Amino acid sequence: MERLCLRQMLVNQSGVIKSVKAEGELGRRIRDMGLVPNTEVTIVGRAPLKDPVALRLRDFTLSLRNNEADFITVEVPGV
Amino acid sequence: MSQILNIALAGNPNAGKTTMFNALTGARQSVGNYPGVTVEKREGQVIVGEKKINIVDLPGTYSLTAYSQEELVARDYLVNERPHAVIDVVDASSLERHLYLGLQFMELGIPMILALNMMDDVRKSGKKIDTEKLSELLDMPVIETVARTGEGKQKLIQEAVRYAEERNGTWKSIKISYGPDLDPVLLDMADLIEKEKFLTDLYPPRWLALKYMEGDVQIKSFGDKAGDIGKKLNQMVEKIQKHCRATLDTSPEAIIADYRYGYIASVTRQGVITSTGQKERIIFSDKIDQVLTHRIIGPCFMIGVLYAMFVLTFSVGEVPMGWVEAFFAWLAGAVAGFTSPGLLQSLIVDGIIGGVGGVLGFVPLIMVMFLGISFLEDSGYMARMAYMMDRVLRIFGLHGCSVMPFIVSGGIPGGCAVPGVMGTRTLRSPKEKLATLMTLPFMPCGAKVPVFLLLGGAFFHGAAAEVLFWITIGAWLTAFAVSWVLRNTVIRGEATPFVMELPPYRMPTIKGIFIHTWERAWQYIKKAGTFILAVSILIWAAMTFPSLPDDKAKVFEDQRKIVEAQRAADLNPENQEIFKKEIAKINNMEAEAALKNSLAGKIGTSLESLTSIAGFDWRINIALMGGFAAKEVIVSTLGTAYSMGDLDNENAGGLSDRLKNDPKWDTRRALSLIVFVMLYAPCFITVVTMAKESSWKWAAFSVFYTTILAFLASAAVYQGGRFFL
Repeated sequence: MERLCLRQMLVNQSGVIKSVKAEGELGRRIRDMGLVPNTEVTIVGRAPLKDPVALRLRDFTLSLRNNEADFITVEVPGV
Repeated sequence: MSQILNIALAGNPNAGKTTMFNALTGARQSVGNYPGVTVEKREGQVIVGEKKINIVDLPGTYSLTAYSQEELVARDYLVNERPHAVIDVVDASSLERHLYLGLQFMELGIPMILALNMMDDVRKSGKKIDTEKLSELLDMPVIETVARTGEGKQKLIQEAVRYAEERNGTWKSIKISYGPDLDPVLLDMADLIEKEKFLTDLYPPRWLALKYMEGDVQIKSFGDKAGDIGKKLNQMVEKIQKHCRATLDTSPEAIIADYRYGYIASVTRQGVITSTGQKERIIFSDKIDQVLTHRIIGPCFMIGVLYAMFVLTFSVGEVPMGWVEAFFAWLAGAVAGFTSPGLLQSLIVDGIIGGVGGVLGFVPLIMVMFLGISFLEDSGYMARMAYMMDRVLRIFGLHGCSVMPFIVSGGIPGGCAVPGVMGTRTLRSPKEKLATLMTLPFMPCGAKVPVFLLLGGAFFHGAAAEVLFWITIGAWLTAFAVSWVLRNTVIRGEATPFVMELPPYRMPTIKGIFIHTWERAWQYIKKAGTFILAVSILIWAAMTFPSLPDDKAKVFEDQRKIVEAQRAADLNPENQEIFKKEIAKINNMEAEAALKNSLAGKIGTSLESLTSIAGFDWRINIALMGGFAAKEVIVSTLGTAYSMGDLDNENAGGLSDRLKNDPKWDTRRALSLIVFVMLYAPCFITVVTMAKESSWKWAAFSVFYTTILAFLASAAVYQGGRFFL
């Protein structure tokens, strides 16, 4: 197992959210959308300019910007 | 009919809530705005048995915090209006995620019915949902529905009525555990709230305590007003915040969200959802996305879609627009036929019919554009467009969703800012929406184009098309630059988070699209129509009064009499044409004199000393003032002012020659005027529409700042041009 920031994940890579550090409005939006610890996420794509990123979790697809992904730490299976 | 039952319809965006609302209420619905906010309010009636049911469609929200306008509206409606029941419409194929909002209704305690929507997708995917078990676990009616086909809607509304009557207005809030750290404090806070009777007539005490822990701004401000209790609660929250930070390195807010999702998982994993793996709908959506958001194909396709939208709006919209215009032209002609020439005729024909016709002429454009936008939104593509464009537009303080309104407003020349302004509704983020609204009017809309073509043709060696191209580039750059400045000054603020759902692609329902389109068009007709009528009469008056003094009018009258006498005496039919032209020339000169003498003319003349810095004389001044009413007026007013008589936009050739040969006109002046027309105040109809989308304050601001910017830029071009041109 390896911990890294959501921004560093590759397309098609999956992992489990370990912590969400965002506070305030951003934190609330992230949590309202279901990005809470122990949730499994998969990166499904990146926009043409590599930002924002599209994620799959809880049977739906979500997009967020890289600088927003920075607040989220994910645990991914080691290589 | 005994009693009217109020039932609220709630749910996440993209859950099919609006489709359900349309299916339930059919055509019996009305739209308005919630007081004080721009969020739309829809209501509709439906009769069940003997009962009349009033259905209120709450704005789509992901949560019930008081962060966004939508959330605040939804929450306030529930607690203040106390509807008899709330139907929570969820996308059953993403149940866990959608129950997050439902759980918050349960904590609030309002009688709730769960509509498991999009069950057809669930069945197709091979997933199974045990509805009975879910109903039992949640202790509420759960109905399977497919809003698009109307499946289950009868059962849903009947069950809602039955349940609302059974519960008879009683609220029962569920209490879920928030773990060993928060639970004791929540209990203490709830006890305190109960004892002090703080808002307990509206909200359950535990719910208030939770909101305090979540840092809810609205509830906290109630507490602060209540005095002591607020202070005490704040202290308790601060203490637990410190504790959470020290022991768990997190906030109570985050813990609350965790436990809510935990609770939902504990419900859904008790055999409610049995998955057989296949998630077809999402896989299908993914496949489309691999193409439509591809690094190269994606942007190309998007440009194609935008261009198609544009062509559709202005080529399809132009046909019915032509009918509307033809109707008003016919009406004007008919009225002119049976009234005698004079002030009254002028008021009715030029002022009223011209003004109202001008407004209603936009209706077909607005409808076609909203058909397109509704389709893109409901199909899920709009979210992808925002996703792809966000990185670029973010640099300028805009949002991915801003691109569409820009294009419609004339980002491809020939658009119109009125539908563009209405199109900003797709932007949910308030700051970015405002920045978009404020910079849209720079785009070369269809009414500005004739001015550019006229001047481009006359002063740039006939290269009008190239001129238009560079104007368009200039307009985009200006809009971006100004937006950047605004977002760093008057509309300052953090970028709104781009945490956005990318809903699965789906085919929109035709009914839904048409209902959307008609609603918006009707709002425009109703609200803009009345106000603009008054203003167009005012502008007509300013360009008509005071009328030419009798002695001056007599000079023209005498000239006309001389020509008429000559014409009567000359029997040669070849000369008749010459006399007719002679009379028209006198009429035009009279029109020019009358315009100069009117209030508008006087203002135009008095502004000359200022506007001459940018190279404008009184004639241009009037034309530009008229252009505030509608940009179409600029060319025709210039025609009158240069005594060319009435000119239509397509046939400005005579004026073009006239300007070219006028010694006062040169490239410098033309360029300065082009810059001014490109940048200055949006037309009046746009301003009214803008005020509806934001506020009168911002609409007024847009008029002033754009005009000042336009003047400074024109003056710089005119004065600077001395050295180059």
